[in-house]
Amino acid sequence: MQKLTASELQLKANDLRQDVIEMLLEAGSGHSAGPLGTADIFAALYFNVLNHDPKNPKWVGRDRLVLSCGHICPILYAALAESGYFPTEELKTLRKLGTRLQGHPHNLDLPGIENSSGPLGQGFSQAIGMALAAKLNHERHRIYCISSDGEHDEGQIWEAIMFAGKNKLNNLTVILDRNNIQIDGYTEDVMPLEPLRDKYEAFNWHVLEIDGNNIHEIMDACGEAKTIYEKPTIIIAHTVPGKGVGFMEFDYKWHGTPPNKEQAARALHELRTLRGAIKSEHE
Amino acid sequence: MKIKVENKKFTGLGLAPLAPDIGRADIKQVPTRNGYGEALVELGEKNPDVVVLTGDLSDSTRAAEFAKKFPERFFEVGVAEQNLMGIAAGLALSGKTPFVSSYATFSPGRNWDQLRVSVCYSRANVKIAGAHTGVSVGPDGATHQALEDIAITRVLPNLTVVVPCDSLQTKAAAIAACQIQGPVYFRFAREATPVFTTPETPFEIGKAQLLRDGGDVAVIGCGPVLYHALLAAQELGKEGLSVLVLNNHTIKPMDEEAVVACAEKCGAVVTLEEHQVSGGAGSAVCEALAKYFPVPVEMVGMQDTFGESGEPAELIEKYGMGKEAVISAIKKVLTRKKKGNS
Ligand SMILES: Cc1ncc(C[n+]2csc(CCOP(=O)(O)OP(=O)(O)O)c2C)c(N)n1
Ligand SMILES: [Mg+2]
Repeated sequence: MQKLTASELQLKANDLRQDVIEMLLEAGSGHSAGPLGTADIFAALYFNVLNHDPKNPKWVGRDRLVLSCGHICPILYAALAESGYFPTEELKTLRKLGTRLQGHPHNLDLPGIENSSGPLGQGFSQAIGMALAAKLNHERHRIYCISSDGEHDEGQIWEAIMFAGKNKLNNLTVILDRNNIQIDGYTEDVMPLEPLRDKYEAFNWHVLEIDGNNIHEIMDACGEAKTIYEKPTIIIAHTVPGKGVGFMEFDYKWHGTPPNKEQAARALHELRTLRGAIKSEHE
Repeated sequence: MKIKVENKKFTGLGLAPLAPDIGRADIKQVPTRNGYGEALVELGEKNPDVVVLTGDLSDSTRAAEFAKKFPERFFEVGVAEQNLMGIAAGLALSGKTPFVSSYATFSPGRNWDQLRVSVCYSRANVKIAGAHTGVSVGPDGATHQALEDIAITRVLPNLTVVVPCDSLQTKAAAIAACQIQGPVYFRFAREATPVFTTPETPFEIGKAQLLRDGGDVAVIGCGPVLYHALLAAQELGKEGLSVLVLNNHTIKPMDEEAVVACAEKCGAVVTLEEHQVSGGAGSAVCEALAKYFPVPVEMVGMQDTFGESGEPAELIEKYGMGKEAVISAIKKVLTRKKKGNS
């Protein structure tokens, strides 16, 4: 796939956010905050970082993208469709009877989906299994895993972190959506996770901390991860939940709520204005 | 166990009073989980030993109702269901009565081992509330639709398993669970469903409830889908068929006497549940009938498949747990009954 430049990726992230709003409005249920907050990460991955071929989704040499926090799948679906895995018109079928775009992703339904997720904690371990298999087969592709901060409450996540550190899985890059929210509130109120950097370091990971809404930083961090030979890499990506839609930003109430018609119109207006601003900045 | 099957008139099993508007489009609909929230508040007021725990799902399980009133007796464990169950066991082993509130797919799904050993084997007095059961969870899809929880709980020694049929009965079940010494699992659902019992309808764990008397066929089921059996019975009544409906809400210990009596009275049984047919409530009925009184049985429920995203009513229809599915199962079992083929 042709790789986009940083300024093109910013526009792509904006497109993905608009897709997400339109999908959620049409579905009438689903998650807003996580998908919007991680749009820059998904744009950078699918349109620059990942080695993949949408026309050949089962290509053995492809990089694997494992989504562990399955509830943010609208952004994954948008990225897959915009990269050409399936028609963008199909995005509007999200969560409807008979759709391939299940409320939580199903690997057997849609090309480009590596793993089924939704129950938190499971994808991280599956990503480790894929990284182990690549090593066993002497394959050069990388495994990318998207996990979330709330998901780090799960014991399974820490079991997985311990294992990956022990086995020096340098072909594994985990990107942690550090948006500070989960369902019942702010993560540090529900179950404090800090100091996350120290915890990962203690488990023998290479730790990078970035602004997860900054395309340059995302690409640089993914690049640096490839140069680390002794450890798996965790990129703690500080993101703004609901990023790009002012009235959703930073508010945990938007974790699992879709916009209504009027809110979607406001959101799309904001995003389109933002798109114009990004464009003129680069001209 | 001694089974009394000679009493064909059901004097021991009085008809339960039901809402007058069954079959009407405007029947009141309330999610069963709301009954859980109400029960928790009532229990919290009466019993200072009641404590409530959740794993980042306080609103949708309705545990938040309790948290608002009794914040000091409410514990947020985070997204950590195994720890959730273990902590509840420890609280119970120290004299508290913990209510564990999460989605059934994760609790008892993910923490089944902790349920088995820390709770059931240890006979810890933990009450486990499994929310979001059945395909009626809807658009979240298969991962969030618990269709196996009855099977994995009813297999555990020392555990009582209850499936209430509407919001009133969920409230009654949670209160009754608190009165039992020992672990209890009960399940409820996300979507609003008809309230077809009344505040006067008696509820006793282990005592099945006759919702409608009849003599041609017995529908024995549990949960909100029982409403579809009542609708089917109404409709078939117009064709002259007399359909008995038994609310077999306690899967364990099951009211085998009532189940067997219904089979004996009607000579044909349809089981009904929003759950996999293998291992679930229908299987429990079949086990009792095979032992004491074999009759032809048709099983309505999930037929060994996962669910998917969709609207609750669409999914109930597609996966064959609605009124039409009950009617066709009844017709099928009646044909078998006529042929004398059990
Ligand atoms: C094992 C498990 N338990 C509970 C849930 C319910 N759940 C869905 S999302 C979520 C919050 C997770 O936090 P996070 O991923 O940080 O949420 P976000 O930042 O996207 O709002 C919970 C508890 C689940 N999906 N899986
Ligand atoms: Mg989060």
